[in-house]
Amino acid sequence: MAEQELKYLLFLGCVIPYRVSSYEVSTRKILDKLGVELVEMPEFTCCGLPLDPVNHDMMLGLAARNLALAEQQNLPIMALCNGCFGVLNHTNKELKEDKKLREKVNEHLKEIGAEFKGTTTVKHLIHVLAEDVGFEKIEKTIKKSLNPLKVAVHTGCHVMRPSKYIGSDDPENPTLLKKLIRLTGAETLDYIDENECCGNPIIGVNSEIPLQLARHKLGNIKAVKAHALITVCPFCHMMYDLHQPRIERTFNEKYGIPVLHYPQLLGLAMGMSHEELALKELRVKASELLTLL
Amino acid sequence: MLRTTEMDPKFKYEISKTPGSEKLMLCFQCGTCTADCPIARFTDSYRPRKLVRMVQLGLKDRALSDDSIWLCTSCFTCVDHCPQDVGTAEVVRALRNLAVKERPMPRVYKELSSAIRKTGYAYEIPQLRLRQREEKGLPPLPKGDVESVRKLFKATSFSKTIEEEEE
Ligand code: SF4
Ligand code: SF4
Repeated sequence: MAEQELKYLLFLGCVIPYRVSSYEVSTRKILDKLGVELVEMPEFTCCGLPLDPVNHDMMLGLAARNLALAEQQNLPIMALCNGCFGVLNHTNKELKEDKKLREKVNEHLKEIGAEFKGTTTVKHLIHVLAEDVGFEKIEKTIKKSLNPLKVAVHTGCHVMRPSKYIGSDDPENPTLLKKLIRLTGAETLDYIDENECCGNPIIGVNSEIPLQLARHKLGNIKAVKAHALITVCPFCHMMYDLHQPRIERTFNEKYGIPVLHYPQLLGLAMGMSHEELALKELRVKASELLTLL
Repeated sequence: MLRTTEMDPKFKYEISKTPGSEKLMLCFQCGTCTADCPIARFTDSYRPRKLVRMVQLGLKDRALSDDSIWLCTSCFTCVDHCPQDVGTAEVVRALRNLAVKERPMPRVYKELSSAIRKTGYAYEIPQLRLRQREEKGLPPLPKGDVESVRKLFKATSFSKTIEEEEE
């Protein structure tokens, strides 16, 4: 059988270009090394998720429009953000199954000359890495084992739940990202309430609760003496990295836990420099961690 | 205390006709959703089980004016754990969708909506960021086809909600 073509439409979303470009920079670097081709889509917009709470039809319309554009290119979508992945994947599967809903959404899309047909697939970066590129191929690109590193993992909700729409990992005991991390030689540490939500989606409505949630998680991570936390979502990342100083101030505690995007970790193991991987853009500096390597 | 005059028997149908909330009447109030909810763990004011009950009983005004409906993070833990497959978070979303038709939405959603309508993105990306992209050798951002986005706002009638908010 011919090797699967590794070519995807990159779905960047809003949060990455707005606040978390280190995730994009490092992702492009490692995918290039792995021979994954990214196709830029000049017409993609917001995935639709931010509007779901206020108007479900509007979310469906935006998501379906993006999906319809991908269908025209005849390529799968790869999202880097858990939220974008979740909403595009869910909408894609729901519209494929539910004829009545599809007709309703297509009525709306008709206004802009688009149609959802249901011929594309949606993947998150970690699915592309684990399922399409494959562990073996990734292993071959590792130049420098990150052996002394011990890290905690936060996979995030929308890449796993609702499980009936995803099903590639067990939300009660997710292992996909851990396996990807272990390829770098780093050790993964278990901690209490590992699978709990970051809380970031409601920070604009109520900041107190998400800060408490994140504090709880950072405390559990500190307790197992992890050198870093690894994420695969810009939104989760913001909660633990960008807001970490605020959490420290609010509760008068010190964490100092660097939060790396998985591609940054993998890039280090591929022998890339911290400049190439935009590590200096992290709010919580990773300089101490780098001295361990 | 509950008054029968407060109950709107049609309310449960209003909610259950929205996608994902169809099984709302199957909820037998076991409380798994509240027990496993990360938000309920950190605040007493949020109880997803109770919100589902309010809908079943038809307590429309109470449910729609309850600010706690905005506290769900849509982590979908309840959706995965509910023994009756009620889609609890989807019921909460349906409540929010109805609430914004009757009362002001939280400011953050007004801002997100107007940014999306204006630019196609949830945030207005500052010029500085666009320049920085170039310096880093990143390709230009998608343009965001604002015209299509606006047409979708109209087609879904969401533009009406937004315009009322702006008045
Ligand atoms: S878990 Fe399901 S059945 Fe149990 S109270 Fe919540 S919604 Fe009702
Ligand atoms: S989806 Fe909402 S209600 Fe359900 S467990 Fe998560 S925060 Fe709680």
